[in-house]
Amino acid sequence: MLALSSPFVFRNLPALLMMAIVLPLLAGCGYNTIPTAEENAKAAWSQVLNQYQRRADLIPNLVETVKGYAAHEKDTLDAVVEARAKATQVTVTPETLSDPEAVKRFQDSQAGLTSALSRLLAVVENYPDLKANQNFLALQAQLEGTENRIAVARRDYIQAVREYNLTLRTFPSVIWATLWFRDNQPFANFTIEEDKMQTPKVDFGTQQGG
Amino acid sequence: MHFFAPPSVLPDISPTRGEIGSACEGDHSPASGVGENGRDSRSPPKWGRCPAGQRGARRNANLAFLFIVLSLLFLPLTAFAAELPALTGRVVDNAAIIDAATEAALTRKLADFEAKSSDQIVVATINSLDGEEIEPYANRLFRAWKLGQAGEDNGVLLLVANNDRKMRIEVGYGLEGTLTDLHTRLIIENDMVPAFRAGDFSGGIAKAVDDMVMVLEGNPEELEARGERNQQPPFNTDDLFFAIFISIWAIIFFGSIAASILPPIFGRKLGPGRYRWLGMTFEPGRRSSGGWSGSSGGGWSSGSSGGGFSGGGGSSGGGGSSGSW
Repeated sequence: MLALSSPFVFRNLPALLMMAIVLPLLAGCGYNTIPTAEENAKAAWSQVLNQYQRRADLIPNLVETVKGYAAHEKDTLDAVVEARAKATQVTVTPETLSDPEAVKRFQDSQAGLTSALSRLLAVVENYPDLKANQNFLALQAQLEGTENRIAVARRDYIQAVREYNLTLRTFPSVIWATLWFRDNQPFANFTIEEDKMQTPKVDFGTQQGG
Repeated sequence: MHFFAPPSVLPDISPTRGEIGSACEGDHSPASGVGENGRDSRSPPKWGRCPAGQRGARRNANLAFLFIVLSLLFLPLTAFAAELPALTGRVVDNAAIIDAATEAALTRKLADFEAKSSDQIVVATINSLDGEEIEPYANRLFRAWKLGQAGEDNGVLLLVANNDRKMRIEVGYGLEGTLTDLHTRLIIENDMVPAFRAGDFSGGIAKAVDDMVMVLEGNPEELEARGERNQQPPFNTDDLFFAIFISIWAIIFFGSIAASILPPIFGRKLGPGRYRWLGMTFEPGRRSSGGWSGSSGGGWSSGSSGGGFSGGGGSSGGGGSSGSW
């Protein structure tokens, strides 16, 4: 009691009070980094799914249009339809993003669709009438635009996952990771090699990508 | 940000990192792809002084290695970001292919159009892409310049890479529905490519801008609504009242706390529980009438752009299309 009322403690009391106010604020700053980064990565993934879905939605129209002019390219058309069916079956929900196998399966199925599509677009080069068709031109422009949007969405996702994984592994936030976010696993990312090949090249039918 | 943590602090927390580290080993993050070429830098002699012994030193080296790999991963990004041209106006003619009269006319036209619709259209010409594809370059440039209003993302970037003979119209998220990929492709194919092949860059770009404006104006109701939403009134009374309201409450709440805490720390002690600070006497212990310095500080930012032209904070997700001549 005597010690408590001594001038030393009394003078320091305001400082202690200040620490009591400031420390939770500091904690709040660090505490939020991991959930924020996680939600950002999940949002970026939704955007990736969104753009892949957009591509899948374009394909039935494209196939119908090409069929009208190039009906005997049946094999190529069937391959596209099949690859699309396969690609739409494999989905990765935000909850399974930390499973590298699931992400790999998704990536492979979409890559299969990409290569089937680029084969189709290569075949189309042989049909001048089809290339001049307004409907086909519109679809082609949309498809190219979508491929580019996919590339952008993938880049954003790679960046978001990198930031999220960094918060789980690097110094200030790794403390929160061990104390409160033990269930948070790093997200699996797209492989860099594949990301380099972004858009299907119309000229080279066998090229793989996106 | 996390990057700047010096590696020397890491060993302190390494025991707690154990389980997370092991959970991370199996995944295929980009860091593991670059792994092979840095392995030989594992045991420089200076790590030997770590008191935690052989295992600790190894982990230490692994962490340092991780840092090196991660910093290498970030290097290309920063290297790319450095080469982007500056946003000097609505027409950034770094390749010098637009004549002065056209440039002035374009700038005026684009400024008028933004005043009406809040859509930001910027024309940029560069000499070379330095080996990069035009699509990612245009997207980076668009995002670096933040074209379009924040929240609306209604910007358009017309980019011409002179030496690569490529052009692209990159459309912000908010305009993708109006200025569709097909529109941009038709504008490129019909307006720009023929003119560019004839060497008439100014004419092609002017025509492309005219057509883009025409397409964007094609939906007048939406255009006017967007323009009104993004008007920046010189003096918004609602905001002012809100700011005053908030500052009064902030002063009431935090002022008394500050008056009891800050004077003992920063002020001069007069006696037990009495402090002199900022020319006033504070007695935190008593129910004092002692005033506090009522500087609410900071205030609100004006939000208006003074003079020069700058992006409004928009972004692009890769809409639009590209072409070459």
